[in-house]
Amino acid sequence: MNIYPYISLIPLIPFIAFVLLGLFGRKYLNTLSGIIGTFALGVSAFLSLATAYQYFFVDGKVDGVFRQMIPLKYTWLQFSSNLSIDMGILLDPLSVMMLVVVTFVSLMVHIFSLGYMKGEERFATYYSFLSLFTFSMLGLVLSSNIFQIYMFWELVGVSSFLLIGFYFEKPSAVAAAKKAFIVTRFADLGFLIGILILSFHAETLDFQTLIARLTDPQSSQLLSITTASFLGVSMLTWGLVLVFAGGAGKSAMFPLHIWLPDAMEGPTPVSALIHAATMVVAGVFLVGRLFPVFVFDGAALIVVTYVGAFSALLAAIIACTQTDIKRVLAYSTMSQIGYMMFAMGVSGKGGEEGLGYMASMFHLFTHAFFKSLLFLGAGAVIHLVHSNDMKDMGGLRKYMPITHITFLIACLAIAGIPPFAGFFSKEEILLAAFHSNKLVFFVALFTSGLTAFYMFRLYFSIFWNKETKPHSDSHGEGPISMRIPLVILGAFALLAGFAPIAKLVTPDGREIETHIDVLFSLTPVLLAITGILLALRLYKKENDIADKIATAFGGFYRSAFKKFYIDELYLFVTHKIVFNLVGKPSAWIDKNIIDGMMNKLAEGTAKVSFEIKGLQSGKVQGYALYFFLGIMGLSALFIYILN
Amino acid sequence: MNLNLLILIPFITALVVLFCNGLKQVRTVALLGSGLQLILAFWLLYCFYEERSAGNVSQMVFEYTYQWFAPLHINFHIGVDGISIAMILLTAFVVIAGVLVSWSMDTLNKEFFFLLLFLSMGAYGFFMSLDLFTLFFFLEVAVIPKFLLIGIWGSGKKEYSAMKLALMLMGGSALVFVGLIGLYFNTNIDGFHSFDLLQISKMKIPLDAQMLFFPFAFIGFGIFTALFPFHTWVPDGHSSAPTAASMFLAGISMKLGGYGCLRVATYLMPDAAHAYSEIIILLSTIAIIYGAFATLMQTDLKYINAYSSISHCGFVLLGIGMLTQTSITGAVMQMVSHGLMTALFFAAIGMIYSRTHTRMVAHLGGLLKVMPFISSVFIIVGLCSLGLPGFSGFVAEMTIFIGSWQNPETLYRIATILACASIVVTAVYILRATGKAVLGPITDAHFNTLGDALWNEKLAAILLVGGIVAIGILPFWLNDLITPGSQQIILQTGQNILLK
Repeated sequence: MNIYPYISLIPLIPFIAFVLLGLFGRKYLNTLSGIIGTFALGVSAFLSLATAYQYFFVDGKVDGVFRQMIPLKYTWLQFSSNLSIDMGILLDPLSVMMLVVVTFVSLMVHIFSLGYMKGEERFATYYSFLSLFTFSMLGLVLSSNIFQIYMFWELVGVSSFLLIGFYFEKPSAVAAAKKAFIVTRFADLGFLIGILILSFHAETLDFQTLIARLTDPQSSQLLSITTASFLGVSMLTWGLVLVFAGGAGKSAMFPLHIWLPDAMEGPTPVSALIHAATMVVAGVFLVGRLFPVFVFDGAALIVVTYVGAFSALLAAIIACTQTDIKRVLAYSTMSQIGYMMFAMGVSGKGGEEGLGYMASMFHLFTHAFFKSLLFLGAGAVIHLVHSNDMKDMGGLRKYMPITHITFLIACLAIAGIPPFAGFFSKEEILLAAFHSNKLVFFVALFTSGLTAFYMFRLYFSIFWNKETKPHSDSHGEGPISMRIPLVILGAFALLAGFAPIAKLVTPDGREIETHIDVLFSLTPVLLAITGILLALRLYKKENDIADKIATAFGGFYRSAFKKFYIDELYLFVTHKIVFNLVGKPSAWIDKNIIDGMMNKLAEGTAKVSFEIKGLQSGKVQGYALYFFLGIMGLSALFIYILN
Repeated sequence: MNLNLLILIPFITALVVLFCNGLKQVRTVALLGSGLQLILAFWLLYCFYEERSAGNVSQMVFEYTYQWFAPLHINFHIGVDGISIAMILLTAFVVIAGVLVSWSMDTLNKEFFFLLLFLSMGAYGFFMSLDLFTLFFFLEVAVIPKFLLIGIWGSGKKEYSAMKLALMLMGGSALVFVGLIGLYFNTNIDGFHSFDLLQISKMKIPLDAQMLFFPFAFIGFGIFTALFPFHTWVPDGHSSAPTAASMFLAGISMKLGGYGCLRVATYLMPDAAHAYSEIIILLSTIAIIYGAFATLMQTDLKYINAYSSISHCGFVLLGIGMLTQTSITGAVMQMVSHGLMTALFFAAIGMIYSRTHTRMVAHLGGLLKVMPFISSVFIIVGLCSLGLPGFSGFVAEMTIFIGSWQNPETLYRIATILACASIVVTAVYILRATGKAVLGPITDAHFNTLGDALWNEKLAAILLVGGIVAIGILPFWLNDLITPGSQQIILQTGQNILLK
């Protein structure tokens, strides 16, 4: 059966659910809304899997190469004869893989939330927002037009805003939601200008045409964009770097990462969906979408590489010092996305050189499972102890066996221990880096050791260490709806590494031969084990070694704990500079100078009229005098001057 | 269809209102009248599509001419194209919403609704005028009642604001009049002067006359649409006005200026428009950026919306100044979009104020809990204002950005980038206000006792949200409606950058 005509239903069903639940949910369907939302997503997920099967294994390949397909496209807004926003669907290995990831994780989160959010007053609103997010994210990955992706990009941003601020009565949640939106909005400014630059020269907004024109050495459009330059850098590089800035904002890359840790104010399942598995990888997806152009340009790709590598390292260091479990996970997300980014960066355009791209996508795929599992596990823990802080936890393995085992699986996966999912994808990334950029390779290697350490620090602090008793009113691990997703995701965290991504998702659509080189793998695995052992020593039992080490590191520890003061720097720039040096003067000038001038003008007019009203005295003698003087003056004018 | 209906219906309902007794009768008549306007506006849209699909390609359709004063060749001449229809639709939406939110107007209700309907007649007439004298006549009709609306039903320092608004708009009208007279005396149709817009567009006004009179017309109309530095009537005027008057002022009055800048100044004096485009762009970019930053510092919800209107109307002038077909289409879209949006914003603020008796952001908080409908409307309009896809603001702004970027000169590029950057500032001030007033904890215990929107307020909000969403989700109909008109204007300016 040809199912392509039904693909548009994949995003549309969640959209319908959003409208339905948003308008009528609260009044009429409050408790039902969870079921409705989950069912809608179940249908979408099923359709996605069917699409993936159809595309990957039935008819996606022509002559051994995966082709791009556009099963649907219509013009949404025609700007001019060649520029238009089209709403379309672009199917290629990248988008099909994302389709599966997004709907699958979203489905798990929908199911988990049935239990987690139970009893919440705005239950229907929660599900309508989840549906809105899923719709936007699906629209984003299916986009066939660069402006279409920008639109859904913004919609994803606003759904993230709404969900972070879901507990709107908490000022910290509102502040976090605002911060996330504004920081990503600032990044999107780059994206927008990047789009303007690329589309102006390429004379199209359509992805396929744009990529074809900007990678064809013969095309006049390429000539126009490479000859135009600003500050000595070609417009092509500018355009790509600016587009990447948008991606870096959504993907929380340094220096635009500051919103992600705060975003953890949202309900935990939301963090699992948006801030771990799907929205935050949109930046990687965007680079992947424009990958042929990035590779063609090269310079922009170098920016991607170093931003990714630096973010990976920075986030891993900070993660080692945080005590809020969700923040640890947030920094770990940032670090892992950094991996995906630099893997893209070190990749070549195809064949064996395309390993980096493939590895990046592979890691995105496996990461989605184990990271959402970690967040849902953390959610279950928070549900039990009513706190986010590691200090309030410990010894929980007895109270929540399923959470404990699945969390352990996820930790092993992210640490890169074979045969868990993360091992395979991380291995490919390291291999790709090793072949093209040694500096990045060593950074990545070191970071993977750190990753194992901080993840197991988290694991031991929650499930071992000192004993804490859950409250007497505790509900154990929560209802079955919370346990099922954990088990399913646990299975995937174990098995996703065997997914044949290398055969399916590559930059040029041809499969890449991969094999595990045992000698090469030895180093990272040993490093990871060292990290785990270190965490075991420090955190399995209650002791003060960790504190001593922290004290020994002194200033470095403190600044890492304070997230290297980046937040403070932003605060300084926005409040001190933007508000005080731009905002206040603008308002002052408006009130006092511009409006003041208008007021003075009015007062002046009134004054003049007050002064000269004396002339209209009604005294006939006076009038006669003025008349006489006027005649004299005019006569003088005519006689002496005009003559 | 007969366009005179759109002038007569508001006029007749305004008169009937005067003969009504009591609030109930008055508001029923006003609602019926404004409902009829809305139906007529949609009927006009339908007839327009019919006419076009029947193959009528003339620039203006449904023309009607009546000789007013033969010796000076002054005619009452009306007709519409897509741009006019878009503006007429906007007016109809704002007027009915304005009537609905003034449902329980308690003082001098007869006079209030009379003036409101009278104003709407002026707006319809203005958007349909094809004769400069007719156009000026309706412009004046739409100015004077505002003085009374603010002065009588306003709040705060209303006398000052009313006087300021009236004086500045009168000043604008005076400049416009000089511009129009200047045009008139430079026309020569078979040996006579003419006020006829279509006739003037077909002949060439001498360049020096264009250069002389363009600034008069453009600045004159520009004052209506908050051209920097003549924008200071906006904040005081809007915040002192009663809700419906604020909606009308920001939603329609400011658009009279934008429409005039486009239809009269730019269309009839295209060479001057080119020559002055850098100045226009400079001023409008200042208005956009500076308006946005000034908004950041406001503490009163009405001032926030008023200053943000300055910034948003800057986009209209920027689009006009860029002189590409896409940017002009975007400018008209922005007029429609901002008109609906700002009317909705003022409506929401009015609803909040009438319950909490404060408009200060610092005093408000947590309203979403107690009045979910009004707060949701506030959030929706905020999201529209910051340019979220799915709402009209996004469509209009992006069209302007794409259109502006087609101008490759550095100055134009910088202006476009700054305009793009302003949407970040917009996000900041909108989220600050929303985060404090609507979200967060409840700041005042007595808010707990307040009720949500009544049916009339809900209907008004739904109409306006419907308009915003209809443009935001299905923008192509508005785009198709406007584009032929903006194409005509660009053809007139003799350059067509976009169709390269």
